[in-house]
Amino acid sequence: MAKELIRLSDIVMKFDDEVIIDHLNLYINDKEFLTLLGPSGCGKTTTLRIIGGFQTPTSGDVFFDGVRINDVPPHKRKVNTVFQKYALFTHMNIFENVAFGLRIQKLPADEVHRRVEEALALVNLAGYGKRSVNSLSGGQQQRVAIARAIVNRPQVLLLDEPLGALDLKLRKDMQIELKRIQQQVGITFIYVTHDQEEALTMSDTVVVMNEGKIQQIGSPEDIYNEPKNAFVADFIGESNIIDGTMPEDRVVRMYGRNFPCLDEGFAPGESVDIVIRPEDIDIVPVAEGQLTGTVTEVTFKGMHYDIIVDFRGFKWLIQTTDYSPVGAKIGVKIDPDGFHIMKKSRYSGQFGDYSSYSDEYDELNEDPDTEVDGDEE
Amino acid sequence: MRSKRNQILAVPYVVWMAVFVVVPLLLIVVYAFTTKDGSFTLANFSTMNQYLGVFGNSFFLALVATAICILLGYPLAYFLARSGHRMKGVAMMLIMLPMWMNFLLRTYSWMSLLEDTGLINRLLQSIRFFDLWNGIFGTNIEFFHMINTPGAVVLGMVYNFLPFMVLPIFSVIEKIDSRVIEAAQDLGANSRRVFQKVVFPLSLPGVLSGITMVFIPSVSTFVITKLLGGGMTMMLGDLIEMQFLGAAYNPHLGSAISLVMMIVVLICMAVMNRFGEGEEEAMLL
Repeated sequence: MAKELIRLSDIVMKFDDEVIIDHLNLYINDKEFLTLLGPSGCGKTTTLRIIGGFQTPTSGDVFFDGVRINDVPPHKRKVNTVFQKYALFTHMNIFENVAFGLRIQKLPADEVHRRVEEALALVNLAGYGKRSVNSLSGGQQQRVAIARAIVNRPQVLLLDEPLGALDLKLRKDMQIELKRIQQQVGITFIYVTHDQEEALTMSDTVVVMNEGKIQQIGSPEDIYNEPKNAFVADFIGESNIIDGTMPEDRVVRMYGRNFPCLDEGFAPGESVDIVIRPEDIDIVPVAEGQLTGTVTEVTFKGMHYDIIVDFRGFKWLIQTTDYSPVGAKIGVKIDPDGFHIMKKSRYSGQFGDYSSYSDEYDELNEDPDTEVDGDEE
Repeated sequence: MRSKRNQILAVPYVVWMAVFVVVPLLLIVVYAFTTKDGSFTLANFSTMNQYLGVFGNSFFLALVATAICILLGYPLAYFLARSGHRMKGVAMMLIMLPMWMNFLLRTYSWMSLLEDTGLINRLLQSIRFFDLWNGIFGTNIEFFHMINTPGAVVLGMVYNFLPFMVLPIFSVIEKIDSRVIEAAQDLGANSRRVFQKVVFPLSLPGVLSGITMVFIPSVSTFVITKLLGGGMTMMLGDLIEMQFLGAAYNPHLGSAISLVMMIVVLICMAVMNRFGEGEEEAMLL
């Protein structure tokens, strides 16, 4: 087991009377890539700012390597931050931006020079030292911001939606780049994002947050395959979430029918939320289907079709490579491992119905800018 | 097509500028190089060395006033840029308020404050301050002589031109992204270093435009010297005014002095802007 480096203990953060972080407990291991994932205003940026020292929690303690650091100002913490909009020093060139922290430490000139060149090489910007900040593209500025933080050899790098302002293609490249840098320098990364795909791609551990509380902590696979509640199931990927019961172990009941599944350990007859991922549903002829429904919407997505199917008033999303026209009656078949059973939670019934499908997509593509304001309010 | 129409929109102002700025400037040049009967001469310039003292005096007092404006204005602007909305609103109001009043009026009111029998001295007398003063220093004064001194002139300049220093610095500091400051803290800079290495360099453009806006009107003022300097402190503005309106009537000499003053000011500004750019470039290199 890796060594614990940071511990947040019962953190509460209030702005005026609004609770932003609600009794949060979290520990972060050395050399881990941990992502705080959640929608606008869930408290993830605030959590990061508490670790960075830019905000002091209303109550609770922050420990770094076993030492309480609540009252240590940012400039004395062994963490460095990559800010959302880079926050580069426009009055300095690239070299001086990266050298800033080293110059503050008053290191000898040759060491500054060597380490800055090293850091620039690490982010593939060797030879850019003399350029001005404004002559660089967004992706390059982002890499300067990373180099500027990493050159100080912090034990922890905090990244606040660092890719939020980049376009999709560049973002994908930078995700791989960041993961490579993290493995190469071997330090802890704490990464904040509202983009679930980004979180799954890069992280060792994902912390899903909502309304100032941690909803689930786990590896990307755990989070995706074993979501703890309807919120997580819906936020990570696409999910159909259906009301049901567990008559006995390995049997789940919905739409008045029993289906074989793999889950056990529920009380007989307990009401549950059933998660079925859109890609785990097979379309079959009506006669062979476990359930039958009517296609109401078809969207071509390149790799697959998103089709919305009405099962007695509850709409499911199914991802399939087989085209079915709108209005067609289809049967579906779900393998036992396609069911994931969750205990009822306060999020039950709020998510997983695709009756308002397009709206949901809009919500996922929300502007990261509004996110920051939301967090700081 | 479109750009042509847009050009037409600029015509009224271009005409205005031509008639009231360019033509007078040309007239000054012409006057400076001619004698009363219109023949070419350099005499206006060669006799000017007798006014070297006035030149020195003007630039010195303007420099002092500008320096005081920076010393007073920068901390104020910095403080205001960092304070809350309401504070900013009230402070801006207070800074702008005197400017709604006529410049002459403001300066006149300083006269009544600074006179030997003015408000300040009378107040000090009424609280028997001078008895105390004389008791301590063994002097025998009944008032402070303030008006008609270079100090009063500098005071007048600072009072009148301070807002022009505060406002540009304020607006530049206010625009500095708080995340840039956090980034500097994050990289290990304490608040002194943050100011030194980030806030101050980023605010320099504001300081430079503040200097320009204070120094130029200061160097050429004549109302302030007349009212608060009482003719004891001669500045370029007074000298030039005398040549056009005063007893010494000689518009040719006045034009020559104006021309030289303009050129010296332009050189000062160019050097300073160069210095400002140099500062930025030095950071870049």
